[in-house]
Parts: sequence; C-alpha cells; structure tokens
Amino acid sequence: MSETVATDYLDCLLKSWSTKSNEPLSWLNQLRARAIDHVSTQRLPTKRDEEWRFTDISALTRLSFQSAQPHTNLQTQDIEHLYLKEAKSSLVFVDGYYSPQLSTHVDSAVLQIGNLSTFLLTHASVLESHFGQYAKFDNNVFAALNTAFLRDCALIIAPKNTVIAEPIHLLFIATQSEVTCYPRCLIIGEPGSNVTFVEDYVSLRETAYVTNSVTEISLSANAHAKHIRIQRESAQAYHLANCAVSLAHGSNYQSVSISLGAQISRYNLNVQLGDEAAECTIDGLALISDNQLADTHTCIDHIKPNGISRQQHKCIVNDKAHAVFNGKIIVRPHAQQTNSSQSSRNLLLSKTAQIDTKPQLEIFADDVKCAHGATVGQLDQEEIFYLQSRGLSEATARSLLTYAFGAEIINRIPVNSLRQQLEQTVLNQTRGSKL
Amino acid sequence: MIVNNSKTLLMVQGLRASINGTEILRGIDLTIKSGEIHAIMGLNGSGKSTLAKVLAGHAAYEITAGTVRFEDKDLLEMAPEDRARAGLFLAFQYPIEIPGVANTQFLRLAYNTIQAQRGKEELDPLEFDDFVREKMKLLDMNPDFLDRSVNEGFSGGEKKRNEILQMALLEPTLSILDEMDSGLDIDALKTVANGVNHITNKDNATILVTHYQRLLDYVVPDFVHIMQSGHIVLTGGKELALELETRGYDWVTANKRSIAGAIA
Repeated sequence: MSETVATDYLDCLLKSWSTKSNEPLSWLNQLRARAIDHVSTQRLPTKRDEEWRFTDISALTRLSFQSAQPHTNLQTQDIEHLYLKEAKSSLVFVDGYYSPQLSTHVDSAVLQIGNLSTFLLTHASVLESHFGQYAKFDNNVFAALNTAFLRDCALIIAPKNTVIAEPIHLLFIATQSEVTCYPRCLIIGEPGSNVTFVEDYVSLRETAYVTNSVTEISLSANAHAKHIRIQRESAQAYHLANCAVSLAHGSNYQSVSISLGAQISRYNLNVQLGDEAAECTIDGLALISDNQLADTHTCIDHIKPNGISRQQHKCIVNDKAHAVFNGKIIVRPHAQQTNSSQSSRNLLLSKTAQIDTKPQLEIFADDVKCAHGATVGQLDQEEIFYLQSRGLSEATARSLLTYAFGAEIINRIPVNSLRQQLEQTVLNQTRGSKL
Repeated sequence: MIVNNSKTLLMVQGLRASINGTEILRGIDLTIKSGEIHAIMGLNGSGKSTLAKVLAGHAAYEITAGTVRFEDKDLLEMAPEDRARAGLFLAFQYPIEIPGVANTQFLRLAYNTIQAQRGKEELDPLEFDDFVREKMKLLDMNPDFLDRSVNEGFSGGEKKRNEILQMALLEPTLSILDEMDSGLDIDALKTVANGVNHITNKDNATILVTHYQRLLDYVVPDFVHIMQSGHIVLTGGKELALELETRGYDWVTANKRSIAGAIA
C-alpha cells in the first residue's frame, strides 16, 4: 500500500524529466541521465529505512510538485532586507534559478564566483572534475533527483593562497508554491585559500513547496573554509538537503548550520577527512515549534591519520515539534591519532515536544581520542529562580535562558549582521514558551 | 548600625517551611530594622540557607505556617521577581552560570527592570557601561568580566564579587548574603567585605548567612543569631560569634538555656 503511494512523487517527476538537446556539454547531460536512471530504480525512504526511522516523509509522497520554472518579477527592493551588509558578493537564486539583476559580485582575479552557465563557458574542465564527485547519488534518491533536475548552480572558486575577507552570500529564495526547486552549490578551495560563505534558504511567502538542495565543497591542501548555513524556509515547506565535503591535507572546514523553518527538514552533512591532518568543526542548531520536524544527519569520516573533528549540535524544541540528530563518526583503520569530540545537547520547552538523538561511533583504529555525549533536558528551575531573584519575570527568565542556549551556537557565526538577525529570531520565537 | 526609632523592614513570625514533605524551618521569629546588620550562623543543615531562599521566594519550599512582612507588604504572597523589585536581594551561595549571555547584558537587564519599577530612568548600553565600571572599581573587578558570559568560567571569588556587584547596582533595601565568604581567600574576602560595607547605610539592612565567624571580622554585625534544627536558638551581639568560634557549636547545644540566660 504505502509502496505504491510512495512512488507517486517520483513517478510524477520521472515523467517530467527530459534532456535538453540544445545544451552543449555532454558530460553534464550524461551525469543527469545517470542520476535519473538511479531515481527510476529507487523509492522514497520510509521509516523502515534505518537512516529515516525517526523521520516520516509520507506527507511528501502524496504531493505532485513539478520542477519550478524560471518565473520572477522580483525587484531588488523586495529582497533588500535579506542582503547581508558585510557581503560584497551575493549570488541570488530565485526558485533555483540564478538572477543576475538581484545579484552583486565583483569578479576579480582574487575570487571567481558565478552560476552554471557562465562557468560552463569559462571553467568547463574544473567543473567537470568536481561536479557530482562528492555528493554521491547511488544510495540517495534526493541527491539523485537534484542532479537529474539541476538547471543552475552557485559556484565559488577561492584561488590558490588567497584570503577572501568578506563573506559571500548565496541566497536561495522560494517564491512559487507547489513546486520543487533544486538549488545546487559547488565550492572549490584551492591550496592555501581561505573563504567564508553563507548558504541561505528563505521564502517570501508562507506556502508549500519542496527544496531539494545539494552542496559540494572541496578543499585542497591547507585550504580553509567557513560555511554558514541558514535554513529559514516557509513553515509549510519541505527542505531536503545534502552537503558533501572533501578535505585534503591540512585543510580546515568550519560549519555552523541553523535550522528554523520548514514543516519537514532533513540535512545530511558528510565530511570526509581524506588526507592527513585535516580538521573540521561542525556546529548545529535546530530551533523549532508547532508541528515542525527537523532532522540532521551528519557523518564525519576520518580516513587518514592526525585528523581533528569537533562537533556540537543543539536542538530547542517547543510545542509538538520533533527534532532528530544522528551523528556518525567513523575512524578508519589508518586514521591513527584522530582526535574527535561530539556533543549533542537538547532543550525541551514543552511536554509534547520530542527529541531523538543518536551518537554513532564506528572506530576501527586503536590509537585515537574520541569523546561524545548527549543530554536532553528542560530549563533548570534554579537558573530561572536566579534570574527572578534579580527582578526578571518568569517569562523573561525562560526566554533569556532559551536564548542563551541557542546563542552559544549562533555566536560562532562570523558575520555580525546575520548573528544579530538570528538572535532576534531566537528571542521572538522563545518568548512565552511554557512548560 | 542600630538606629533609634528606625523603620522595621522585615518581620518574620512563626515561619515554618518544608521541602518534599520534610520540615526545615520550624518556627522562625526575626525582626530587622533599617540600618542593622544581622548574622545568622549555624551548622550545615540547620536551616539557615533555607531561610534565605524562602525569604527570596524559592518555589521548591512549601510554607506551612507563619507570616513575613516586608515593609508594608505580605512577602509570602509575592512572586520572587516582585520581591526583588520591592527591594529584597539574595546573593547566592552558588551563583549560576549562563553561557551565551554577556554579563553586561544581564546586569543591565536586571538594573533597568528594577529602575523601571522605581519609576527611575533606564540606561542605554553606553550609559550603563560607564555606570557599571564605576561600581566595579569598588570591588576591584576587572572590566573584562563585563564581556564574558554570566559567571561562566569565573572562579569562586569572582562569582562572589559579581554577586556583590549586583547588590551595588540594584541598591536593595534588604540584602541577604548566603555564605558570602565560602571559597574566598583572605584578600578576596577583605575586598568583598569592603564592598558590602560601602553599600550598607542607615536606610538599608543586611543579613549575613554564614557558617564561620571569619567574615564577621570584616562586616561587623549588630546582632548574631544561631540556628539549630530549624529554630533560632540563640540571639546576641557580635561577641556571640567570637564565643562560638572559640567554643564550637557543641557548646551551644549543651548550654542553650544557660547561655541564653547569661546573655539576657
């Protein structure tokens, strides 16, 4: 029964798929064709799949959302409030399609950024060697769908030994309802480069749609990247995202991801420490309420020796919302001297909120340091009393403590204006929460 | 200081309180007038910290009998925040840490809440910064503590200074300092005591809850009360604390009646 239902969404998409014969580059069309072949052999995951056991996406299977078509009359003033003042370069995508009018960027020798069509003209061979190489779609139907249907992409190349001081804003705006959008990003850090970018998903209207995104990040030797990811979709949206990161010798990847929106969101982050002395710091915060579900699955894969990984994931869950965290850490036999720590801390703000957290360590090397811990709790009565004894009302005390819980993650975002926006969002959302 | 004809700030009569069905306070009577400094001494478990928390309004304790008047108000009817706004202050034995909230942010929020209640002007971040730095000098506190998270990673002594800093900012009518001296070395103790002495005046009053006499060398009480098993068993002047220091709490237990007679 559910099997047949589960194929509706896919059937619908499969029927709509076509190659565009007028497109010049065969490797990209071949990749798309391979991806759609994979889609046709797969089904949508259900709670019977181990990787999806806490996350029920059956609601999605009943939808028949076609791919979004380019259609926009957005003006700069409509989205002015979404720009980050620190970012000199912003690439804006509307329903998955690049909008040159809304974007601003300085394309110089220091930094190469742009979208798919421009890069196919100027950097075709670089694209071919990276595109689809990290986010594998063999066992991932959503990554396969994204690859099969992708029409555009945000691209950043940080050239060798250059430090790009200002953050780059990759802004994905959803405007249409009952469609599926396929945002895609590729970030390439050449040896010794240093780049900061903000991947930002927003909606201008409270409507239902699907965002299916894939981000690939490749850091060469000694490259640094700071990746800030903000998911603030419409409360009715479905957000299914995959991010794959490949780290070379001595490279350093730092990510802060914040999940606020969508009725159902799933973020898979896979980081492969593929060479020695690579390092990653992964911080996450999910702040959800009502009937939202936010699922974060991460996998940090230590393949070579002397790698370092630090992870802290926090969830603040109110009303009947449900947060899921699955943090897998693999230490392969050759990855001696790995130093890894993981912490999952969760705050329940209502009696009906739910949290499933699962640290998952798979260690095959014998000389490693791996620490992990998980806590689920409520606001501490002693802490509330302390603040009340200073004249703060109980509601203010609760709000402040909840804010503080989230602020520990938000404070790690190296972009001031974004941090302030998020602090305000957290304060608004935590006001008046009650047990 | 004992001031003639001064106003009664706090009047506790027959106060009984329990936690999880266990009675901790078994009939406390205590009257405090403006200008006075009272020390409440006793062993662990005697109920002295419970009395402090009950007066501040901790929800875990159930009041089973008695009354508490604070100036003209029924204190037991008031929420903890309303007690604070009315001028009651509790310095915690174990101040909590709030990672993620800057100390200055917290101090200003508390200060402005109390100011608003008193119909006085609230301060913006810049004005407050000047104001709080002035108060910090009193306690020999490094201004770096303003930007750090509330109490996070503070040493025991730094936490206590931060408590007294709050007392200095909020200018309470009645301050209850719970084990102010615990975890302090002698220099820190002198600094903190000096801060307290700066804040006390003829219009406010202070209760020092303490296990040891040491603190009372620096903040000299007008009255000393000794608690045992939820009762105040003995009340005297500052010399009672010295007597207790030399003779120990066993002496009180053994000679409750005769000592009381001698002091009276």
